Formats: sequence, C-alpha cells, structure tokens
Amino acid sequence: MRALRILHDGMPGVCNLHTGEGGVTRPAVLTGSHFMHGDHACAEGALAAGCTFFGGYPITPSTEIAERLAARLPEVGGVFMQMEDEMASMASILGASAAGARAMTATSGPGFSLMMENLGLGVMMELPCVVVNVQRGSPSTGLPTLPGQSDIMQARWGSHGDYGIAAYSPWSPQELFDLTIHAFNVADRFRIPVLLMADEVVGHMVERVIIPDAAEIVHWERKRPNGKPKGDFLPYLAEGADLVPPMAYAGEGYKLHFTGLTHDEKGYPDMSPEVHHALVTRLVEKVRCNADQLIRTESYFMDDASIVVISFGSTARSALRAVKDAREGGIKAGFLRLISIWPFPVDMLRKIDEKAQAYVIPEMNLGQLITEVERYVHKPVLGVNHAGGVMMPPDPILAAIREVS
Amino acid sequence: MVAPILVDEHPLDTLIRADRMPHIWCPGCGIGVVMRCYAHAIQLLGDDVDRHVVVSGIGCSGRVAGYMNLDSYHTTHGRAIPFAIGLKLANPDLHVTVFSGDGDLAAIGGNHLIHAARRNIDLTVICTNNFNYGMTGGQAGPTTPLGARTSTTPYGCPELPFNLANLLSAAGANFVSRWTSLHVRQVRKDILYAFRKPGFSFIEVLVPCPIGFGRSNKLADAIDELELYRERCEIASGVELDQLGIDLHGDRPIYVGRFVDRDAPQYQPIKLEGSA
Repeated sequence: MRALRILHDGMPGVCNLHTGEGGVTRPAVLTGSHFMHGDHACAEGALAAGCTFFGGYPITPSTEIAERLAARLPEVGGVFMQMEDEMASMASILGASAAGARAMTATSGPGFSLMMENLGLGVMMELPCVVVNVQRGSPSTGLPTLPGQSDIMQARWGSHGDYGIAAYSPWSPQELFDLTIHAFNVADRFRIPVLLMADEVVGHMVERVIIPDAAEIVHWERKRPNGKPKGDFLPYLAEGADLVPPMAYAGEGYKLHFTGLTHDEKGYPDMSPEVHHALVTRLVEKVRCNADQLIRTESYFMDDASIVVISFGSTARSALRAVKDAREGGIKAGFLRLISIWPFPVDMLRKIDEKAQAYVIPEMNLGQLITEVERYVHKPVLGVNHAGGVMMPPDPILAAIREVS
Repeated sequence: MVAPILVDEHPLDTLIRADRMPHIWCPGCGIGVVMRCYAHAIQLLGDDVDRHVVVSGIGCSGRVAGYMNLDSYHTTHGRAIPFAIGLKLANPDLHVTVFSGDGDLAAIGGNHLIHAARRNIDLTVICTNNFNYGMTGGQAGPTTPLGARTSTTPYGCPELPFNLANLLSAAGANFVSRWTSLHVRQVRKDILYAFRKPGFSFIEVLVPCPIGFGRSNKLADAIDELELYRERCEIASGVELDQLGIDLHGDRPIYVGRFVDRDAPQYQPIKLEGSA
C-alpha cells in the first residue's frame, strides 16, 4: 500500500507513510524502557541529541542505523539523505554542519577508510559532526557480518596530518544511546568530528535501553559569535583558554570563508610556515588541553589492584567477567574500562602505574591499543589478541591474568 | 605595457573580496570572467546577498570560493557537490552555487556530479572547462580532447573526452547549457536563470588556459583561443545531444547554447504530515 501511495502521489514530498504505531509520528525522544537493537539505540541517541541531518551509505553492520533514521528523521522534521558513497556522505554532513545542523553519518571499516579524506576537512574547518563506525573484521572487505576492533589506530591517525580527535567505544546498546548524545555534545563544544567506535557485537546486540525524559537529555551548546554579523568577524579567532573559536553558520551574514587550506584567523589561505604551525598546533592542543572533559573511563576493583586489565567495547564485557573470576580466585585484579579511546588517559595511567605490577590488554585485533599502554607504563604488559570474527570469551583473559600474577 | 586604469569604486565591490586580490589566475585565464558573471547575476537577482553561498572544490576554479564576498566553502577535491547538498538540505533558504572546474567536477567528483543531477537537487553548478588540470601545471583530464598535448599526454591524449552536456542531460539535470568566456551576457543570463530554476542546473563555460593547456596546443596566447571560439562556436539548434562533443583541433563547430531546459520534479526531502 505504501508503494502504491507514493506512485499515486507522484513525488513523495508529502505522503502518509505509516510511521510508528497506529500511524502516529513519534517524538524525537522516545522516553521509556525499551528492548532495543544497538544500532537502533544509536539512531535514537542521535535523535534525542537533536540530530536533524544524516547522510550515509549502507554498509554492514551499521546499516540499521541508517534504516532507523530513514524512518525516524522525517518524523521530527529532519533530513535523511542516502548518498552515492561514503566520501559524499562525509562531505554532506560537513555541509549540513556548516549550515548549523547537528549532523551524523554511520559506516563500517571500508566506508570509514573512504571517510578519512573529509574527516580531515572537518578537523581543518572545525565543523562539528559525529561519525559512527560499527567495526567489523578487517582489513579490506574482511568479515562484513562479524565483529572486529581493528580500526582503533585508524580512528586516531587515519586522515593525513597532525590533528586531535575524540573517539568513544560503547559496550552495550544503552551506552551506544548515551554516547551518541555525548558525541554530539563533545563535537559541538570543541568543534571537532567525534568518532563513535562501536563494534558488530554491540551494534547487533539487543538489550534493555532506558531513554530518559527529554528534559533530562544533557545538551552542550556550541560557542556562537556575539552580536550582529559584521565584515570584520574573524571565524578562526580562538580567544578563550579552550582554543575553540565561536562558530557562525552559512546564511547568517558573516561572509565566512572556510577552506581546507592552511588559513589565518580570517579564514583566508596563508601558506607561511608560521601560520601553518600555529594552526596545526591549535588543532592538536584544542583536544589536549580539554582532555579532562573528553576522557571517560570506568574503574572496577582498582583500589588495591596489582594486575590491571584495560579494555573497551564488547571485549570489555568479557574482561570484566575475567577480572571478577580472578578476584574469586584470590588474584588482586582490577579493571579499567576505556569509554573514550582517544584522547588516551595518559595521566590516569601514569598514576595507576605507581601501584600496578602488570597489565593485561584484551582487544579484538592483533595489538593496537596495547602500544599506547606500553608508551606510558613501566611494568610488564601482556596482550590478549584475536583478529576478530567472534567476541572474545573471558577464558583467555583470565589465563593471561594468571600468567602475569 | 598599457598603464593600468585605477578606479576608486567598482560596481561589484561588495561581492568580491578586494582584500584577497591579486588573484592567482594567469594572464589570459577565463575563470575571472565567469566569476564576474556569477557576481553580476547575484546582483541582478536582487535577493538578499546573505542567502547566497558558494562552494568550490580544488583547482584554479576552486579559488572562486575565496574571492567571492559570500559565505564560501573551499572543500576537498571533487567533493564540492556533496558538501553543497548538506548545506542546501540543512538550510533550504540558501541559494547554493557550486563553482568549480572540469577536472574537479567530472573526474574525481564525477560520481557526485551525476548523482546530484539524477536527484535533480536544487543547486546551480558552474563548471569552467579549460580542458586540463591547470593548477598542477597542465595535465590531461576528463575533458582533454583526443590528441591534445599535455604534460601527462606528451604524445597526444589517447582518450576520448566527456561530452558533459550529454552526460548531465542523461543523468537528469533540469537545465544544461554551454557557453565560452566570450559569451559574457549569455553566461550571466543563464546563471540568473539557474538561480530561479528549481532542480539541478549545470552551466559549462569553456575558458582559455594559455599557460596550462594553450602553450602546448598552439593556443599559447589566450586571444588565439578566444578567436577560435569566435570563429567556430555555433548556437546548437536541433543538434542531437550526442553530437555536442568538443574537438578543438578539428574543423567541426563548437556547439553552445541551452541544451536542456525541462521541469522534472526537483529533490524534496520527505515531509510527514503531523511531524515537527
């Protein structure tokens, strides 16, 4: 019937697509307790955060995010746009961001690689946006329907050049919902693209998701210019200690110039080494000096821990199980769960290293995050690795804890 | 050397960023002429200038975004159109114009070009076609004529070029025209027409590139290329779209004019009854 309706009406500009239960359009915030798919929870988090533009390209295992938003964004007056590829998807969300929208895309490894080009443009133009990567087994086409956690270093360094970035890794559908909102807040507050590094296990998991009242959704504001638009506005002048310039939008009358070229405070291209150094340094320092607001971790049994397990994403679920089992076996094991992966919690790790005797780093790749841990600690570090395709069970993690204890 | 004429005011002062002058374009380049047509068309439209946004990709034409005194976005190579789509859909009140070159739009951005035309999304795309990659020093591109010499086709270009008008028509654009930088009035008029026309509009303008393309193809003086256009351009009336390919070295006419002007439905985001 739906198809017939669209054909009958010609253009589907205004039509009665069946939406929600009983054909009623649903609000942006679906307050209540749900039994929800992880990818859908991500989509609902975006809507709760006020996302009004999604540009994307279907790719397993992230497609359900696009499908959910294709149905839901029109319900809240937003725009869902299926682009021709992931380069276009990334460019489209930057354009929407430049016009003032909260904008998002979602993808997996192969698409994430294609987005690296314009991720750099987002960093350089300082256009806030959220990029979700529901990781699958990689490299290349890899394991489209099966999990991986091997895009961790790509998240940090995937686009060319020096830059700062924020990346989060949820371990449950509930946290996918929560972190999607947080990702928009961080993106807006610091004018950076924010990466949500989920994995197939979490993306396709169905669990309880509690969506709070709309009034309880935390909303961080973008810094905006004061006063009326004037010709002398400097769109890249960052006067505050946070190094974030206030953001003006297309159509407001500021006569903005944004470019991917190295630019001065006016936004004009400037090829001098001095301006280049100052700009790139600010883009890196902007993330470093605000790291306290970006970093999120969760600690379990860390007060007296001598063996410290550090993990993230779906692997963290097994890691926590292994740590509990080790505790029951009399080993003083503790668990640090990285909710944010980038920026890396360097200060926290150095403090932990004062008491810790050894580390165990389980991750669904052949050793990516472990290199970052090894940079900052002075005790033995043992990795627990699998290239992906199946969620890591607790047993090898427990065996590693026993080995280093 | 002719002494420059110094003036205090220019009719397009408010639309061009004087603080960005001098521009980077070579003597004889045609891009500036087309940019002037764009600025003049904005003035003639008479709408609030703040509603105009220009988006460019990479290359000599890409610099237009930096010279127009509008909200302007100089994006990555080939991605001006999808960036422009995001701007337009997030704020439908904007007049979004993509101003870029043949290499940026039709090679690295070719997929975005045809899909934007297929969607018939309400954008004005101005494509200056100089038959080569000028900024990087004159390499062959998707419009380089068969046999033309460039720095990457030292024995002559072995590939056939795009017939952009035919491509854009087949892809679904509502409006497709082609002129040269000699046709100042027609270019201005068609840009103005495109602003008002719903759906996807594509205006190709052939421009001399004496340094990048001309000097290796016996067109080292821009005047020679303009003279070639003057002699060989014909308004296409009744010419089939597949006959609109350009052969600079032959003796066939170079067809110009409005090739497509239709009213297919433009892209509209889904709107639901009762939604916010």
